Amino acid sequence: MSGATDHTGIQPGEVTSFLTDSTLCIGCKACEVACKEWNGISADGYDFTGWSYDNTAALGHSTWRHVKFVEGEITPGIGGNSAQQLSWEFSSDVCKHCEVAGCLEACPTGSLVRTEFGSVFLQPDICNGCSYCVISCPFGVVQKNEDDGRAFKCTFCTDRQKAGMMPACAKACPTESIKFGRLDELKVEAQVRLATLQSRGMTDAQIYDPTHTSVKGIHSMFIIRGEPETYNLPPRPEVPTIYLKDAWKSAAFEAVAMVGAVVASFFFLGRKG
Amino acid sequence: MSEAQSSFRESRLDEIRREASQFGTVQQAGIRAAGSPLPKASPQTGYYQQHLLKEPQWTPLVPLYFFVGGASGSLGVIGSLADLIGENDDLARKARHMATAGSTISSVLLIADLGRPSRFLNMLRIFKPQSVMSVGSWVLSGFSAFAAASTLADILDTQIDGSPIATFLRTIGRTGCTVLGMPFHNYTGVLIGATAIPVWNNRVRSLPREFGMSGLQSAVSLLELSGETDSNALNAIGLVAAAFETWEGIELLRTRDRELAPTKQGLTGALIQTAGVLSGPLPIALRLASLFTSRRRRRLRQAAALSGIIGSLCLRYGWVAAGTVSARDWRIPLNIPEPDASTSFDRRAADSLTRRTP
Ligand code: SF4
Ligand code: SF4
Repeated sequence: MSGATDHTGIQPGEVTSFLTDSTLCIGCKACEVACKEWNGISADGYDFTGWSYDNTAALGHSTWRHVKFVEGEITPGIGGNSAQQLSWEFSSDVCKHCEVAGCLEACPTGSLVRTEFGSVFLQPDICNGCSYCVISCPFGVVQKNEDDGRAFKCTFCTDRQKAGMMPACAKACPTESIKFGRLDELKVEAQVRLATLQSRGMTDAQIYDPTHTSVKGIHSMFIIRGEPETYNLPPRPEVPTIYLKDAWKSAAFEAVAMVGAVVASFFFLGRKG
Repeated sequence: MSEAQSSFRESRLDEIRREASQFGTVQQAGIRAAGSPLPKASPQTGYYQQHLLKEPQWTPLVPLYFFVGGASGSLGVIGSLADLIGENDDLARKARHMATAGSTISSVLLIADLGRPSRFLNMLRIFKPQSVMSVGSWVLSGFSAFAAASTLADILDTQIDGSPIATFLRTIGRTGCTVLGMPFHNYTGVLIGATAIPVWNNRVRSLPREFGMSGLQSAVSLLELSGETDSNALNAIGLVAAAFETWEGIELLRTRDRELAPTKQGLTGALIQTAGVLSGPLPIALRLASLFTSRRRRRLRQAAALSGIIGSLCLRYGWVAAGTVSARDWRIPLNIPEPDASTSFDRRAADSLTRRTP
């Protein structure tokens, strides 16, 4: 248990966020381990992907932090890497805790809720495993554990946050690549960091926070280099509920057509005598 | 690593061992490490071609539920409206009873997909209009209750003549089945359309229509297979539904969006295209032919009905499976264009990359 000095000073009711800075990440996977330790998640096995040194592969029901190993073109001069080697960025991926969350909108049981810290929390005791959230998340984060029958995803360490502690991954990160704090403060911090990086010549650095889409921003922002596609981050994620109006309109139109066809058929071709 | 790949490497290792022990040296190259030289992540290749979206995790019972629910909802509407205006009371009663049976089977299928009965109860903890799954669960529950009321009224009628309770149950059952049968028979199109899965999402405006009409056609077909092959009204409804499906099928073929590839290629494409024929032109032809012969009418109508039912099943299974294929397309959610022949992108190298879902 951490000492009193570790208290984040953040009270429930304040909106918190992650800011994951790929320019600081060294790919040590301490966050992955700390997450599994704190939350008691099972191991993923000893599989090798074979396509890079990233053997975690993807976020899933038993993987709530995933360090991506992004191999890029040779970019000499930054960070002192050799002119013959590929450049390597690491970026620790996590549930985005969307401002408007597809998973939360879709959940029929009320298992997925918005917490007092503004994050999206899945209550396993209420989840019934319908797996509708799985296909409603535009980031491919939440997943059903087929053995258990329920869905799981990052809890944003709500239990720790309530006790005034920062999430386990942020705490374990040795380079402060994973920053945790108040959303508004981190938004400013991200801008400051971006300016610093650009002044140092990393002109391709950018902040990933899709505020321009129906997701309306995320509570785990990223600083990345180059295009978001390289990090498997969708450039235009949309919350599926925006399509509901069109879908129900189509359903209503067809339902009326059905009733019309049934009424007309029985009226003209077999009316009561 | 794929099985074929690893067994190839194993046998190559054996060869090398043999060669080394025989000659002391190995002439040929050894084994190429998977993916070497290391593939790079780039805006053209995404993150090592790993798919962003998660695959749907429904069991094969869910498409069956889509079929049964679609038919059951439509049967409820037919049973109620035919009772009001139609001359054939037998047909209406049969439709109501089948609707009741169908809604019960629907619940059983949903519970089986979730694993435990208590899990279905969690659906009814809250009502959430923006969750189609929630709306659907309530509609299913409500429809089942109204269908049961209608059936109960029919049973009471056989026992007591002109029982007021039966009249009451019949009235609310009829109203409820009509009102809730409308969303019940087509909400599943909304359910899959309003998701992040590209192939479904692309057809969000037509899937509810298509699933609805498919349900209506199955309802007519089930009634015909149960013996109602003389009803001209049913034949007319079947014709309307099949015409609608034909039009939807043509629309689908005419839309060339890349999101729709799984509806045109591979096993899922074959299923959906087969569904298009079996629930579109084929039943139309059979139903029209049945109008011109009295001797073979029964056979033709039964054939049309069978074709419609198989078509509807193919449609549900095809579309749900297409969602799985679509979720694996890593390009679409990342807005990465398809490689054309002029780019040097090595498709084979990309496809040989192995994939692991945790
Ligand atoms: S990233 Fe996915 S799982 Fe996380 S809050 Fe957003 S929609 Fe939900
Ligand atoms: S699987 Fe669980 S958390 Fe996900 S939508 Fe269904 S009930 Fe909600």
